[in-house]
Amino acid sequence: MTDTRDMTDNRIEVYEERIAALEEKLRAFEGRLAPPPSRRPGTEWAERFGLLAAWILLILILGSFRPDQMFSWNSYAAMFGSNAMIVVLTLGLIIPLTTGDFDLSVASTMALSSMMVAVLNVRMDWSIEGAIFMALAAGVAVGAINALFILWFRIHSLIVTLGTGYFINGVVLWISSSAVISGVSMDLVRVVIMTRFLGIPLAFWYAVLLTAALWYVFQHTALGRRLLFVGRGREVARLSGVNVNRARAGALIASSTIAALAGVLYTGMRGSSDPSSALAFLLPAFAAAFLGSTTLYPGRFNAPGAFVAVYFLSTGIMGLNFLGVPSFVQNLFYGGGLVIAVSISQLIRKRRPMD
Amino acid sequence: MTDAPALSVTNLSKRFGGALALDHVALEVRRGEVHGLLGSNGSGKSTLIKILAGFHDPEPGGEVRLYGRKVPLPVPGARVREMGLAFVHQHLGLIPSLTVMENLALGDLATTHNWGISWRAEEARAAEVFARYDLALDPRREVFTLSPVEQALLAIVRAVEDLRTASKEPGVLVLDEPTPFLPRAGVEQLFRLVRAAKDEGASVIFVSHDVDEVREITDRATILRDGKLIDTVVTADTSHDAFVERIIGRAMTAYGGAGKARPNAEPLAEVVELTGPGLGPVSLEVAEGEILGLTGLIGAGYDAVPALLYGARNATGGRLRLAGQSIRLDTMEPPEALARGIVYLPADRMGAAGVGSLPVSDNIGLPVLERLRRAAGLFDRDIRQHAGSLGARAGVKPNAPELPLSALSGGNAQKALLAKWLQVEPRLMLLDEPTQGVDVGARQDIWDALDGAAEGGAAILIGSTDYEQLAQLCHRVLVFARGRIVEELTGERLDKDAIAEACFRSTTLTAAAE
Repeated sequence: MTDTRDMTDNRIEVYEERIAALEEKLRAFEGRLAPPPSRRPGTEWAERFGLLAAWILLILILGSFRPDQMFSWNSYAAMFGSNAMIVVLTLGLIIPLTTGDFDLSVASTMALSSMMVAVLNVRMDWSIEGAIFMALAAGVAVGAINALFILWFRIHSLIVTLGTGYFINGVVLWISSSAVISGVSMDLVRVVIMTRFLGIPLAFWYAVLLTAALWYVFQHTALGRRLLFVGRGREVARLSGVNVNRARAGALIASSTIAALAGVLYTGMRGSSDPSSALAFLLPAFAAAFLGSTTLYPGRFNAPGAFVAVYFLSTGIMGLNFLGVPSFVQNLFYGGGLVIAVSISQLIRKRRPMD
Repeated sequence: MTDAPALSVTNLSKRFGGALALDHVALEVRRGEVHGLLGSNGSGKSTLIKILAGFHDPEPGGEVRLYGRKVPLPVPGARVREMGLAFVHQHLGLIPSLTVMENLALGDLATTHNWGISWRAEEARAAEVFARYDLALDPRREVFTLSPVEQALLAIVRAVEDLRTASKEPGVLVLDEPTPFLPRAGVEQLFRLVRAAKDEGASVIFVSHDVDEVREITDRATILRDGKLIDTVVTADTSHDAFVERIIGRAMTAYGGAGKARPNAEPLAEVVELTGPGLGPVSLEVAEGEILGLTGLIGAGYDAVPALLYGARNATGGRLRLAGQSIRLDTMEPPEALARGIVYLPADRMGAAGVGSLPVSDNIGLPVLERLRRAAGLFDRDIRQHAGSLGARAGVKPNAPELPLSALSGGNAQKALLAKWLQVEPRLMLLDEPTQGVDVGARQDIWDALDGAAEGGAAILIGSTDYEQLAQLCHRVLVFARGRIVEELTGERLDKDAIAEACFRSTTLTAAAE
């Protein structure tokens, strides 16, 4: 009897050892699997820096036709300065895009602020500081009105901002009597375009500062992370304790206020304001926002991406101008750029989870 | 051929992966008969219906005949109506923003090319149809203004009418769980309509969880369990208990359950007179370290309790007493709940619990971002490291926090989302179907994690229809029916079969109580 029991005990021990050995093997396998067969680093790199590479390529191609203009620092210094307000406008736009709302009224808000500075400063003899303050306050008000209709009445942001944008266009025509207003204080012109740092007008450096600030908020603050969750999963954010309505309202107000800032820069750049030319920046801003979301932090609307995208598109337009191509090409470039950018960002989003 | 049954199904099987969801099942529905189809979750009932509706392709060897004519397999979903088979699913398939008559004509509108619709004629036709079934429905009303009962009636009338016009045969109508969300009076109305359709010669398959309703309306009934045909019975000769026995597969005697002993602690949270849509008033309490299960048949209302306590949806009344404080539940909001140490893990994993397109690290880190911040701000590296260490403890595989959440399997995503809430050391955890769509191994990990949290002093509330899970995990289970608690199971009485029996008996219990 004892013998057989010993034998079974022995056998069990043997089996237990084998089981332990197998478990060890399994664990080793799992360990090897742990960092999953991730995407080749090459693709990741290409995705992040593809637009920067395309920018350099674009310069080289255009430069091979017009080397004296395309390879001259002065061309870029001027272009960086004169497109700074588009960078600012795009930076405003990506905030509500991140929280999942469209703001089609940004260009109109920019026109309103641009015109308010001119009207208050030139026609009503306000100080330039007072005029700028009122213009920015108007931006805050537009954002609050957008937020009211989108969040309180629960109307889709596309509809609300399309309407408020058109309404604001009317206001701009009204306060300006449909006329160009020039003679804005040279103080403003001086701090926007005439003063240069490293040969580039200050307007560009304002855009750089705002880009850095927005990058920091999105990348390195809890607020930025929450905004991202609000846009990607409203219900998830709400159930995780995020005040979704406050985040969306804040994003809409930030976007209008920054658009108003773009309007101030626009007036400063020209020393005058006209009722309609700012409206043409709506599409470039959207094109740059989406194109920017395909680069540096692919799949997310991001500030440095938007910055690069604006200047990528502007470089293309500048080069085509040097080539003497008619101005309608701008429309082809921006319009085509928007659709292609959205297609690329869609591809990135779909592919991400699969890899 | 005239005496062939309305519907005859023979030898029907369906395999999902390795498991037979449907195992050589036969079903015969006679002409002019109301035939019940009963079974609990996973009995194969819905697989059978989905094969008939053409969603699933059955294994070879099965046969489906309608009025003697062989139906090609897989069932051609669009053409089967002409052969005399129509469905009303629980999602009624109505378009809420269109009018009653537009919905009634939807089948024709969708499939025929008619360039000259006369809405006057359509209205007259609708009025005539409703008159025939003795229904007071205004053809011009928009469907979303109708009550749930009226919507169900409309969907059924539409199916019956579609059968009449499309098929030469009187037709077989499949009603797939039409009643759980209807009030009792509405069920009566629905039954009247079913009888009217039957009087016109149609046959009806009535799919339900509810034994009492099946006994009331059907002539015969077929019971499935674990994918197998258990029995086809004549309803009038079958007692309530006989039905329940066949559904849960064992005589109703004493059980030897292995329920966990309930911790002898003071109640940590007390819910007083909670009311909500289709629920309550319900009062319950849960102790420190206790895992309390909430269950019932669909429509019983138990599943709303976790969301209502967290403020994810609005309760209409009630209070929560937690750690000496009394909180109103009709104005509860998630931030307030979180501040009081309540967390909620919803069942909709990628819609409400986590964001699939964002990294696992961000999903886990969301509630504690402030804690992860350093002086210079928040860094991806820190969030990843934090999520990685929590993931390792929770057994998330692969434990790669930079991956998007949607790259993980259901079970691993759930482990990560549970870790998201466990890290805040909640006092009261509310979970909704925590292991739905979760593989067996992950299921055990999740149970272990919940056990650990309970031992650490948390009170846990779990809404689930997974009886086995409830029996394994819970100290105590409350069974709901028609928005009320009808039974409490603890200790020895807490096992899988006892819970199932309590659920299927629950409708009778409420009837007795009223």
